[in-house]
Amino acid sequence: MTLESAQALAPAERAVGLIGSDLTEKSLRLHLEGLPGVDAVGLEQRAAGLGTRSIKTTSKARALDTIIRLIDLTTLEGADTPGKVRSLVAKAMNPDPSDPSTPRVAAVCVYGDMVPYAVEALGASHGDPAKGLISVAAVATAFPSGRASLHVKLADTADAVANGADEIDMVIDRGAFLAGNYGLVFDQIVAVKDACRREDGSYAHLKVILETGELNTYDNVRRASWLAILAGGDFIKTSTGKVAPAATLPVTLLMLEVVRDWHRLTGERIGVKPAGGIRSSKDAIKYLVTVAETAGEEWLDPHLFRFGASSLLNDVLLQRQKLTTGRYSGPDYVTID
Amino acid sequence: MTEISTSPTHSFLDYAPAPESKSILHLKKSYGLFIGGEFVKGSGKPFLTVSPSTEETIAEIANASAKDVDAAVAAARKAYDSTWRKLSGADRGKYLFRIARLVQERARELAVAESLDNGKPIKESRDVDVPLVAAWFFYYAGWADKLDYAGLGPNPKALGVAAQVIPWNFPLLMLAWKIAPALAAGNTVVIKPAETTPLSALIFAEILQQADLPAGVVNIITGAGDTGEALVNHPDVNKVAFTGSTAVGRAIAKSTAGSGKKLTLELGGKAANIVFDDAPIDQAVEGIVNGIFFNQGHVCCAGSRLLVQENVHEEVVERLKTRLATLRLGDPLDKNTDIGAINSREQLDRIRTLSDIGEKEGAERWTAPCVIPDKGFWFAPTIFDNVSTSSTIAREEIFGPVLSVLTFRTPAEAIAKANNTPYGLSAGIWSDKGSKILAVADELRAGVIWANTFNRFDPASPFGGYKESGYGREGGRHGLAAYLSSAGWGAK
Amino acid sequence: MGCEMTRLAVPKTYKLYIGGKFPRSESGRTYEVLSKKGVFLANASLASRKDARDAVVAARAALGGWSGATGYNRGQVLYRIAELLEGRRDQFVEEVIATEGVSKAAATSQVDIAIDAWVWYAGWADKYVQVAGNGNPVSGPYFNLSTPEPTGVVAIVAPQQGNSLLGLVSVIAPAILTGNTVVVIASEAAPLAAVSLAEVLATSDVPGGVVNILTGSPAEIAPWLAGHADVNALDLAGAQSLDWVDLQVVAADTLKRVLAPESGAPAPSLERIVAFTETKTVWHTKSLL
Repeated sequence: MTLESAQALAPAERAVGLIGSDLTEKSLRLHLEGLPGVDAVGLEQRAAGLGTRSIKTTSKARALDTIIRLIDLTTLEGADTPGKVRSLVAKAMNPDPSDPSTPRVAAVCVYGDMVPYAVEALGASHGDPAKGLISVAAVATAFPSGRASLHVKLADTADAVANGADEIDMVIDRGAFLAGNYGLVFDQIVAVKDACRREDGSYAHLKVILETGELNTYDNVRRASWLAILAGGDFIKTSTGKVAPAATLPVTLLMLEVVRDWHRLTGERIGVKPAGGIRSSKDAIKYLVTVAETAGEEWLDPHLFRFGASSLLNDVLLQRQKLTTGRYSGPDYVTID
Repeated sequence: MTEISTSPTHSFLDYAPAPESKSILHLKKSYGLFIGGEFVKGSGKPFLTVSPSTEETIAEIANASAKDVDAAVAAARKAYDSTWRKLSGADRGKYLFRIARLVQERARELAVAESLDNGKPIKESRDVDVPLVAAWFFYYAGWADKLDYAGLGPNPKALGVAAQVIPWNFPLLMLAWKIAPALAAGNTVVIKPAETTPLSALIFAEILQQADLPAGVVNIITGAGDTGEALVNHPDVNKVAFTGSTAVGRAIAKSTAGSGKKLTLELGGKAANIVFDDAPIDQAVEGIVNGIFFNQGHVCCAGSRLLVQENVHEEVVERLKTRLATLRLGDPLDKNTDIGAINSREQLDRIRTLSDIGEKEGAERWTAPCVIPDKGFWFAPTIFDNVSTSSTIAREEIFGPVLSVLTFRTPAEAIAKANNTPYGLSAGIWSDKGSKILAVADELRAGVIWANTFNRFDPASPFGGYKESGYGREGGRHGLAAYLSSAGWGAK
Repeated sequence: MGCEMTRLAVPKTYKLYIGGKFPRSESGRTYEVLSKKGVFLANASLASRKDARDAVVAARAALGGWSGATGYNRGQVLYRIAELLEGRRDQFVEEVIATEGVSKAAATSQVDIAIDAWVWYAGWADKYVQVAGNGNPVSGPYFNLSTPEPTGVVAIVAPQQGNSLLGLVSVIAPAILTGNTVVVIASEAAPLAAVSLAEVLATSDVPGGVVNILTGSPAEIAPWLAGHADVNALDLAGAQSLDWVDLQVVAADTLKRVLAPESGAPAPSLERIVAFTETKTVWHTKSLL
């Protein structure tokens, strides 16, 4: 695929703005390969250092609530049913029935065919998490492998949007990326972004899953992050959760550095979503610290940061109960989805 | 119960205090000298050790007079002749292993004591200083019965009594760097910790008692410069090891000249941290921060001169400032503190004086935004940009959280500027291009070169300087040579 | 023509060796070199502090090229010295006999040992780094290697009592094989072999400035070298009869590395090679990612 067609698409404005109107596979490659390298040891040490922050008492209480507000409560199983999705939505709306002060999560994240059930179950609670409502995110584009024709990926996306999905979590073609076909990956993201367009001209938010566990190097993660942003992604997301390793703190730190740099360059804020493998409050707090000390605390906002997680919520609720009651709680005192 | 307040105006970054508890410490009101395995009274006028973060007194410390130095050296001599030299290497090693384990067991206590007395952040004493102390003893323990393999020829011999004087920046770690190889090689020791930071050494003396180390093998005497002077010049000392300022090191080199005492000196530095335009930029910024703001810049190998390639100069400095704004200055015992207290008023005055000179000489001063506590000794992280090579702050060791930024155009210019100092302790190189790093590393006249990292220490890795940064190496196989005399290396 | 007359010999002028050239002392001074029995042998240059200064400048200038040469190259250069010395063996034997008054057997032995010392040290040039350096197994993802490097400019007081050739070789060879450059004060009483050695060096492959040889009074010149800020190390091998502790004290001003006096010609040793090296430890991060 050539990039000429990509140029015609509105969301490619970013790439044209940064690289120039003569956007080609070559100029894109030069740009991505000209990004500064990443020293893995240094990156991991910085992440480990951020992980030693000690968030206690009032800070911890605030952090726990912040985590909940940033969760994309997720179920992505072949065995998912409308019933399971309704249960998930119920949990999203009222995470801890014993404590009404508990905030709601940002979104529920489901497969495309489950979107109608999620929308229905949310009812009036469906909407922008910034307004205390809950969004519906749908994974699309032949998630998790992405191995389908572009036509199918776009149909998958358009379907989910038509059914009321507010956010689309797409996967990039890792095979193409690793083979160096950056233009192909770019064009697909642009096309999916276009498929996110609703009838009224607005767009569903596009989260671009890099599947960092398959990208092999941090340099690749940085390039893929830039590629996704240049192609119009609203969020860059680490993982599908189906590949190990999923989200790690160093990878997330690196992606936060990219969005920080993008903001420095353009003034525009891009979101980051680590997904998969974040199960404990303790880990999630490390991510919050990393967000606040890297991109800035304005990123601790559902429009700019999300946790893709399922079991994390219950651990946060247990911790929250401990802080509220002063006693350690147990798994029987939170609901399973 | 904890009140859960979630006011939206509250900044996430206002981390609630997370102080490490001092209850783990069981300090005495006053400490004597550790001579011959016992705490004894000093005959000098005792002094107080204070916490630099609060200016509160921690304990009263004995002051060793020349007479006490005599007693300590005599105890070390006696232990050397009657016990330690007769012990097998394996048994010496076992004592060192014991010490390593006891340090691990009492790690938290030692870390708290260190931060209290020195002012360094608990995260550093906990995660860097004390673990390295244990590692140092563990490493050299294994050498004690393998000295034939140290590369000094067969059957190398201990020197006898080692006089050791250490600084206040890494009180316990410097003690470990000195004592562990000395004992492994079969020497006995009289060591003097710095006047402002004696506490952890005195707790370490308790560890030696718990380890049942034979009396007199290690003697710890506290005092000021005159005590150290008496110690290194004592006629019955065979070895002198000193870490500290180049001025004092020079004086020791003079006073021990012709004495036959083997001398190792680990002195000052003015390290260049060279950032090329192809550096991994985010890690380089972290490395610059770690290079000069680790331990408040109280590090002889600190990367105090940032040499940045001119085409990325502005970007690097801008990123650096952004990063420095996230540093937390304050209570050393708070687990989130990045920048602790300056160790003493005297040192603070020196940092202030040199910084003022830097400003007067025309460099652009920038100070990280942070609140300075009312009590104690503090200095906010500071950058001087557009510093000229002739500027005082580009030449003199400041030993504080002050970075001088200079630029260069070509690798040759970077090398020339990096080497343009009487010091030669350490240097940093940042580039993604391996061949360039190795070529630059070859040209730098410095004993330790960190490429794409900075301020890393390991007991297996030799450390020490070129030129006026001293001589001899500490750490690794090379570190043993400082405490042994070689029997035969000749042509056969 | 007076074909029955014995041929009149052409005596050699013994000069300094600085920067690969043979200047007279800038001071214009000379001193008489006498045989053990007091017979005049030659006028040697009496080096001044300015000659010492010039020698340091020459040594510093030669340092980059010499220390930057490969060990293999330096080894060959040192071996070449042995070859040339072997070719002029008789001349050195004569000079040793003349200045030291020793027997022919003793002089021959000294010259032979000196030649063999060059060979022994030549072989170290591409090996000492392996023996004196090592990889360090640090606890972390780092490549970490310690290697010895030459200290820089070394000032040497050569052995003064006997061994006028061997003593000189025993201090020069271990210092230069690693890449140091040297300024050496030859035996004051018996400098002839030193100047002849300089001629060997000048016609060998040793770059000018790597070895600089001064003749004259160590008591006069050594303090200037000990106090010279651009000298990195001081070998007092032959300084027993000087106020060598004072020299060491002066050397401490710039923290020079100092070797104390030894009796006789120092035996060949690795210790002597390593004495004027600095261990450089390089860390580099190591990761697949």
